[in-house]
Amino acid sequence: MSDLISIFIGMALINNFILTKFLGLCPFFGVSKKLNAAISMGLAVMVVMLAASLVTWVIYYQILLVYEIEYMQIVIYILVIASLVQIIEMAIKRTNIQLYNALGIYLPLITTNCAVLGVTFINTQEGFGLVEALVAALGAGFGFTLVLGMMSGIRERLELADVPESFRGIPVAFLVAMILGLAFLGFGGIV
Amino acid sequence: MTDDKVCTVCGDAECKEGHQVCHTCFSMAQAEDFAAPAKDGGFMETFRKGITTTNPVFILLLGLCPTLAVSTSLDNAFGMSAAVMFVLLGSNIIVSMIRKWVPDIVRIPTFIVIIATFVTIIHLSMQAFVPPLSKSLGIYVPLIVVNCIILGRAEAFASKNGPLQSLSDAFGIGIGFAGAIVLISFFRQLLGTGILELFGTKLVEVPGLVDHPMNIFVLPMGAFMVLGLALAAFRYMGVMENE
Repeated sequence: MSDLISIFIGMALINNFILTKFLGLCPFFGVSKKLNAAISMGLAVMVVMLAASLVTWVIYYQILLVYEIEYMQIVIYILVIASLVQIIEMAIKRTNIQLYNALGIYLPLITTNCAVLGVTFINTQEGFGLVEALVAALGAGFGFTLVLGMMSGIRERLELADVPESFRGIPVAFLVAMILGLAFLGFGGIV
Repeated sequence: MTDDKVCTVCGDAECKEGHQVCHTCFSMAQAEDFAAPAKDGGFMETFRKGITTTNPVFILLLGLCPTLAVSTSLDNAFGMSAAVMFVLLGSNIIVSMIRKWVPDIVRIPTFIVIIATFVTIIHLSMQAFVPPLSKSLGIYVPLIVVNCIILGRAEAFASKNGPLQSLSDAFGIGIGFAGAIVLISFFRQLLGTGILELFGTKLVEVPGLVDHPMNIFVLPMGAFMVLGLALAAFRYMGVMENE
């Protein structure tokens, strides 16, 4: 159990996907201007991460390893994620239209989000079991949502701030990310 | 890919700024930046554009993940650039050759499979021939498959132009990417360790810095700082425009 907790904290806070692994940076700077959009995006990523970790784990250990075709990993994983996103999108559309309205538009866009593919590669690389892989995905998704939410709050304020002209927009967002990263360094002592 | 009209950059249903977003990554390239360079431009013209006006990192802000993650040392930067260049050349050429036979609706999946194939080739080759480099680049080599520079060029350029044009575009964009990542890693390695080293050869050593290096530059935060400052500096010098 304590293993699982340390995996969760490690993925969510210490090795935060955005701030220390630089995965999913594009949505980080792209959608992080509005809080609602950021949270919805984060949740969509978390759902896809969980599903992708489950499916890729089964495929890797039950098919790729058994038939010794591990070299197909990259091609298979990206196809799995792309089709999974389509299926999840259709499923949500049929069952819960409100959820679809909240998450729907972000789903097709995260097909090839590097954070999703990244978590599946990390799961395989670290040799995680199924439960560990799911916890890792949950942690990664949580950390992603947390930082995306924080950043959007900060950027809403930044819009009103008097930033030097050359720094306006993206450059100052990078510097904010740096300061957030420094703050997250403090979590390094938890585990 | 999406049928809604909400602009994914500003979340505005009636976005008038013509934001066009890379579907892979939400990168906020403006429509005119992301569009293919003019078809009448010659080989050298397309090549030059890739380095300057459509520089993938500094102008289009694409492919940030590998740029920031592996720019801790010059070795990594050159290794990553070579891998990206290989995949970009391969995918651009193949995509431009098969562009007339691929139905529009399965365009993106086809491109992704082509890119994934080239990434697998370079990933396995690096593991076999340069294991230390492969180890220090880690998961960022397989992640080239979702690097928006490559899918972006396949979609925006190679699927609309012939193989020769696409080849020059791949060279230009590849060198533009390499220039950016090498520039960033130059500052990070120099300030973060005080020593500039390239494949085991010591190039420069800054006396005071070696004993008291500025560790923040090799930490992940340093990457954000260097890129943020670089973008601001380019804007200040007028190389690139403000938003």
